[in-house]
Amino acid sequence: MTGARDQMLGSIRAALGRGPLDPSAQAACDERLTMHRRNLVPARGRLDMAALVDGFTANAIEQAATVERLAGPEGIPAAVADFLARHNLPAAIRVAPDPALAGVSWSDRPTVTVSQGSARDSDTTGVTAAFAGVAETGTLVLTSGPAQPTTLNFLPENHVVVLWSEQIVGAYEDAWDRLRAHGVAIGTAAAGMPRTVNFITGPSRTGDIEQKIQLGAHGPRRLHILLVESDPDGALG
Amino acid sequence: MQSTANVFPSNARRALADERLQSVLGMVDGFNGKRARAVDRLPEFEMLRDQARDIKNHTLQHLDHYLERFETRVTEAGGQVHWCRTAEEARQAVLGICRAVGATTVTKGKSMVTEEIALNRFLEQNGLVPVETDLGEYIIQLRQEAPSHIIAPAVHLSARDVEQTFRSHHGDLPDDRPLTEARDLVNEARTMLRQRFLEADVGITGANFLIAETGSTVIVTNEGNGDLTQVLPRVHVVVASLEKVVPTLEDATTILRLLARSATGQEFSTYTTFSTGPRRAGDADGPEAFHVVLLDNGRSALLGTELQEVLRCIRCGACMNHCPIYSNLGGHAYGWVYPGPIGAVLTPALLGVAEAHHLPNASTFCGRCESVCPMRIPLPRLMRHFRERAFRERLPPAQARWALRAWAWVTRRPRLYRLATGVAIGALGWLGRRRGRFRRFPMAGGWTAYRDLPAPQGETFMARWHRERGHDRRA
Repeated sequence: MTGARDQMLGSIRAALGRGPLDPSAQAACDERLTMHRRNLVPARGRLDMAALVDGFTANAIEQAATVERLAGPEGIPAAVADFLARHNLPAAIRVAPDPALAGVSWSDRPTVTVSQGSARDSDTTGVTAAFAGVAETGTLVLTSGPAQPTTLNFLPENHVVVLWSEQIVGAYEDAWDRLRAHGVAIGTAAAGMPRTVNFITGPSRTGDIEQKIQLGAHGPRRLHILLVESDPDGALG
Repeated sequence: MQSTANVFPSNARRALADERLQSVLGMVDGFNGKRARAVDRLPEFEMLRDQARDIKNHTLQHLDHYLERFETRVTEAGGQVHWCRTAEEARQAVLGICRAVGATTVTKGKSMVTEEIALNRFLEQNGLVPVETDLGEYIIQLRQEAPSHIIAPAVHLSARDVEQTFRSHHGDLPDDRPLTEARDLVNEARTMLRQRFLEADVGITGANFLIAETGSTVIVTNEGNGDLTQVLPRVHVVVASLEKVVPTLEDATTILRLLARSATGQEFSTYTTFSTGPRRAGDADGPEAFHVVLLDNGRSALLGTELQEVLRCIRCGACMNHCPIYSNLGGHAYGWVYPGPIGAVLTPALLGVAEAHHLPNASTFCGRCESVCPMRIPLPRLMRHFRERAFRERLPPAQARWALRAWAWVTRRPRLYRLATGVAIGALGWLGRRRGRFRRFPMAGGWTAYRDLPAPQGETFMARWHRERGHDRRA
């Protein structure tokens, strides 16, 4: 394959009428790769915090997600139990073993069976924590990791996502900056990118039958966002 | 896939006479109103188009460098890049990966480039079972058809057609099950494919972007099938053509703001997924191996030419949604993987003008495709480029070439042109004075077969211009 690689690079250069880039041109390209310079960011992503939270909520609802605002994390078990009851779902949830959810006292709702780990075919409702929420389109950002199974975002028919209000940013670029800072903090490879970054905007859908939108194509039929007021004491760990 | 672009005129005639097809073709129009509303809601849309064009132009000028950086990052993350000059090399690379892990079932996310290299048939010939998981692709795979649209592959089918397809292929299910509503059809496909996702050994996706900064590949879907395809099997294979690379996450982000709005009129697609290497140490799930099959297949030869601009395409489908020719024919008539205006440029660019010289003529040059293209690709100009090349290479019939030569000779002599058109307009106006239109007309049978030819009214534009301007001066 080395031959194919060199030939492909060679034919690109030949078509562009040059050899390999000279060092200064290479340096200019590499600078672009390291500077994370932003292009135009739409005004709707550059608002104050209160407007961003409202914008996130409105945009997520427009994309057929449901959003429930909670004053604090102690409301999470009841909100999840109510969600299950409201939609007549089995009283069992599969929860990401995420430290961000470690302080949630599921025992407050003993009727709900709680298990932790990656999604299994039989799971009907997954509960995960978000990395960020992007106000400009009501988009959740979820990252993979030892405590963040990606399968929970796609296999169960119902997806409940816990998002702290301080995690809401205006634009996708703000989420990238947070992810890079987080990557430096935890020392990951590949410029801070986890294996998978999922931008999720509403529940799964398809328009492949006569261009009529149907929710729940292969991924979740329902996306329920629990937007929790940030915990000033950090009691949740 | 085998091209039939060289018999486009007969393909087109068949499509126009196909009543079943004609009755479903209007549905693609739904995209256009949604696109217009989505664009109106983002005041920065036009500036983002300029920036997106500039990002891709910069990348293409430095394509070798960004591809090398991309490969370095993929390797650092534990993945592998396979450089493939041709479709055959790409097919072999995918097969080699599948064989190395003893795969039998392969799930696939929607990918036009795997249609281009006819991957499914090749894998089947080699004993593997490729399963398309995008609903539209699943339907056409059952029917053994090609996609008729790059983002809505089954747009040529009605719900009734899909019902019949499912009833004949899902033989294990009860005959009396309700299957008339779109919801029933979606649910049935969901159930049928669920087990396929769980048992697949290898998942193959395409890529909307490759990111040089991080070595990430990006897919954009609404169904979530692409994600189940890549997260559940042991191996994730990404098949992508080389022009998909962009420098940074920020650059991909800018273009993503255009993609869904241009394609379906959504603010953002449901799932945009960035994949970087295989599962990390300690990760709860994800594939154990990550491969990127990087395909050239004739694209590098377009660099440095007028045709380089077509490599900015992000496959949104806006050009075909807005094309009056596509709207009347559907996608299959174009005869290869990419229909509509982008296909009328990409097909001759990749397969050669001898094979596809009819396609650039499948245009009224109304310019709607260029006006909605998020990447500002000058599609009519590129179609004209191929018309000129076809003429130079003597591909149109002799009669047409002589007529064009005669036309060119006359139009370059303004006095003669005005005299000739003045006489012709006058004569035709007189001949058609009673009905105001012609039902039949010599050498215009292609027009009058489908509609009347309006008779000219009055005088030529130039004559009227002179008369009215002269009139203004006198006033």
